[in-house]
Amino acid sequence: MSIDIVLFIILAAIAIVSAIAMIVTRNAVHSALFLVVVMAVLAIFFLGLGGPFIAMVQVAVYAGAIMVLFLFVVMLLGAERVGARSGLRWQIPVALALGVALLAAVGLLTFRAEPSAAAPLEPSSFATHTANACVDDVAAVRNAAQQERGVALGTPCLVGDQLFTTYLFPFEVVSILLLVAMVGAVVLTRRERTA
Amino acid sequence: MSNPSFAQLYPYLIGLSALLFTLGVIGVLVRRNALIIFMSVELMLNAANLAFVTFARQLRQLDGQVFVFFVMVVAAAEVAVGLALIVTIFRTKKSTNVDDISALKG
Repeated sequence: MSIDIVLFIILAAIAIVSAIAMIVTRNAVHSALFLVVVMAVLAIFFLGLGGPFIAMVQVAVYAGAIMVLFLFVVMLLGAERVGARSGLRWQIPVALALGVALLAAVGLLTFRAEPSAAAPLEPSSFATHTANACVDDVAAVRNAAQQERGVALGTPCLVGDQLFTTYLFPFEVVSILLLVAMVGAVVLTRRERTA
Repeated sequence: MSNPSFAQLYPYLIGLSALLFTLGVIGVLVRRNALIIFMSVELMLNAANLAFVTFARQLRQLDGQVFVFFVMVVAAAEVAVGLALIVTIFRTKKSTNVDDISALKG
């Protein structure tokens, strides 16, 4: 048994237990902290999957900024204790049944395709894949060349290269989206002075 | 983790992603606190990100990681606006329970 598999099992167990604890716990602060654990575990997975930049962004933006914002709001509202049960008796069983059904459907799709999915693409097959998919821009080919030498996939340099060449327009659109969200948050939380 | 044995983990990483996504869905369906529902949505986004990064690795394409970047930006925007809405609703309703928010009028 490879060390990777042992590592995967341990990390996956931590992630699943933390996710369940996030849903089950009655304290909103505890929920937020369990979610931070899940995000940290996912950052480790990203690191292992060749995405050091994405892993660091995950820690800084998700586990750092977004979850701290959550904690701010939870403590600002004083909503740490959330005891109230649902008004609908049948809601939890139905939700669990639907969740299990969703998991069964997705799991069936994932593991039925296992033979093809498990087969890693060899560098040679990657070359034909690139040609077939018409991904002939310089950056992609450069990525492929670096992959064959075993260089990490998503270094900040390569991700930035993609962001500012292939994905330049989405990148600009997303910056406007952030601006709109910022203005929207300020407008929504502004108290009505004139009222 | 770059040795070949890691490749056999791809289906299990996708399976873990599916499991985390399902837990997020269950969280949205079961919990009635708007903040916990938001956290469950974040969990779903994270699960999708794990699938993106796994596929990026499996196909040796960087596009999956770029998409994760965009998902994170959209999540940040969504959280900023969503939490502002929750704070505003809490001011009038004095509650974060979504069952109490049954009127469009504030």
